[in-house]
Amino acid sequence: MTARRLLRGVAFRLLLLLLLFYLLFPFYYAVVTSLQSGSEVFRVDYWPRSLDLSNYATVFAEQPFARNILNSLLVAVAVVGIALVLGLTAAFALARIRFRGRATLLLTILAVSMFPQVAVLSGMFELIRGLGLYNSLYGLVLSYSIFTLPFTVWVLTAFVRDLPREIEEAAILDGAGPWVLLTRIFLPLLWPAMVTTGLLAFIVAWNEFLFALTFTLSNSQRTVPVAIALMSGGSQFELPWGNIMAASVIVTLPLIALVLVFQRKLVAGLTAGAVKG
Amino acid sequence: MTALRLEGLRKAFGGLEVLQGVDLEVAEGEFLVFVGPSGCGKSTLLRLIAGLEQPSGGDIHIGGRRVTETEPAQRGVSMVFQSYALYPHMSVYRNIAFGLRLARTAEERVAERVRRVAALLQIEELLERRPRELSGGQRQRVAIARAIVREPKLFLFDEPLSNLDAALRVQTRLEIAKLHQELGTTMVYVTHDQVEAMTLADRLVVLNGGRIEQVGPPAELYRRPANLFVAGFLGSPRMNLLPLATARPLLPFEPPAGAETLGVRPEDLHLAADGPLQGRVTLVEELGETRILHLALAEGGSLALRHRPDPPPRKGETLRLAADPERLHFFDAQGRRVA
Repeated sequence: MTARRLLRGVAFRLLLLLLLFYLLFPFYYAVVTSLQSGSEVFRVDYWPRSLDLSNYATVFAEQPFARNILNSLLVAVAVVGIALVLGLTAAFALARIRFRGRATLLLTILAVSMFPQVAVLSGMFELIRGLGLYNSLYGLVLSYSIFTLPFTVWVLTAFVRDLPREIEEAAILDGAGPWVLLTRIFLPLLWPAMVTTGLLAFIVAWNEFLFALTFTLSNSQRTVPVAIALMSGGSQFELPWGNIMAASVIVTLPLIALVLVFQRKLVAGLTAGAVKG
Repeated sequence: MTALRLEGLRKAFGGLEVLQGVDLEVAEGEFLVFVGPSGCGKSTLLRLIAGLEQPSGGDIHIGGRRVTETEPAQRGVSMVFQSYALYPHMSVYRNIAFGLRLARTAEERVAERVRRVAALLQIEELLERRPRELSGGQRQRVAIARAIVREPKLFLFDEPLSNLDAALRVQTRLEIAKLHQELGTTMVYVTHDQVEAMTLADRLVVLNGGRIEQVGPPAELYRRPANLFVAGFLGSPRMNLLPLATARPLLPFEPPAGAETLGVRPEDLHLAADGPLQGRVTLVEELGETRILHLALAEGGSLALRHRPDPPPRKGETLRLAADPERLHFFDAQGRRVA
């Protein structure tokens, strides 16, 4: 009995290790590669032999990579801000106010998020150009917002719907107006949900490639994923793997940091909505 | 003085009339209980009084002031919700203080008043805890404390005991009754539990289908139900209702004119060797202090009878029974009581 339980415990941990290895090894290998210089890159090494930071230096020296990071950051933060403000207010209306066509509207929002990016790419390009936002960060903010909002609205609507109405009513009887209700009751209660959706929106905006590639032209307007993809070496036959890996590690770190900081809220947010459908 | 007056209060959701003209006066300091089956409109009525719903017609007066269009917080009412509705992200202290702080009460006054209600409800040692760290009974006390601290003219309770287990429910019921004696504030209480309704109420309002069926002290409603609905709703097990033709042998006198149905409560029936009715025992429900005998009558129909003496009759036995002639109820074809 105990032997079997022990065996199951061991098997479970082995499985976990396997999963962790599968998830983390590519990143680990990127880190190792980024620390190697020159032709060392092309030798298969599983342990870092040297601690050469020159790749990190060249990433910033050979292109405006700091600028690219700033671009990514600006776009992602703007998208998160827009997604949360519009998402929360929309979620409020959709979850709490009865109006004709509410269900239809919710389904329409969901339907919008189902279009593949490629399908709307050319249309979106016309829209961006028509608005004069080509090769500008605003164009990216606009297009990302269009793609993240449906998701944000849906998730937040589910959360607002799950908030007990009686809490709201108790606050109204206590004398809370709409503003107090929103800031002192709803925001604190929706905080985990906001963190979760905000973080997911941030990750989407941070990683997005296709729109960023299509809607920007100059290096100074590019976001990180495009900048990395377009890195070139000394000749057209050479890919600067060391630099690319270094850049990849640099842009992954903020995401890891964010997730670690908000870890507890994130888990709470991901599970809280799941209790009631 | 009148604490609460409802005049022709109506409420419809879409085309559905939930309340169809409710008129009611509640005296200062009275404990009024709304009772009725689910969907009878009792909770809606409470929410209209609180201002959480707008009436489709009629007027509400609280403390002599017309408040039909007044904001909930300005009505001088506070409410204890079924789910307690504590603010989960605030400590007990801040939960209780929330309303006072919104009303811009000076912080020393807030502290003093919170301490006072906390002492009254014996939750002083819980003030720094979060609601999720409290048991159901403690949450209930905090919810009541939050309602009391605002010193309202009118307390509204929306099925406050239905989430508690049986033992705690009895205890809290007693405490609410005591609280009412100490505070002397008018209380309006909604429940579907008739024991709660009977024990707490100064006056009971029986609602059915959005209409008041009868209003009065619990004992009076129990002894003289105005119609078949009230007769059947109050009392457990239900009053036996028999067509007069079947029940005729039970009567030592002529039934009143117009009577169609005879009502007799299970405790007003007894076994008697020479009783006028005969029935076969189909089920014995042992309650401990008494037992309920279910009998199939020879004349058709069935009866419940509250039985005390030992030993209990066995299932399948045929017994004769008689009724207390003082305690018979007669109803006409429309279900109204006939004297």
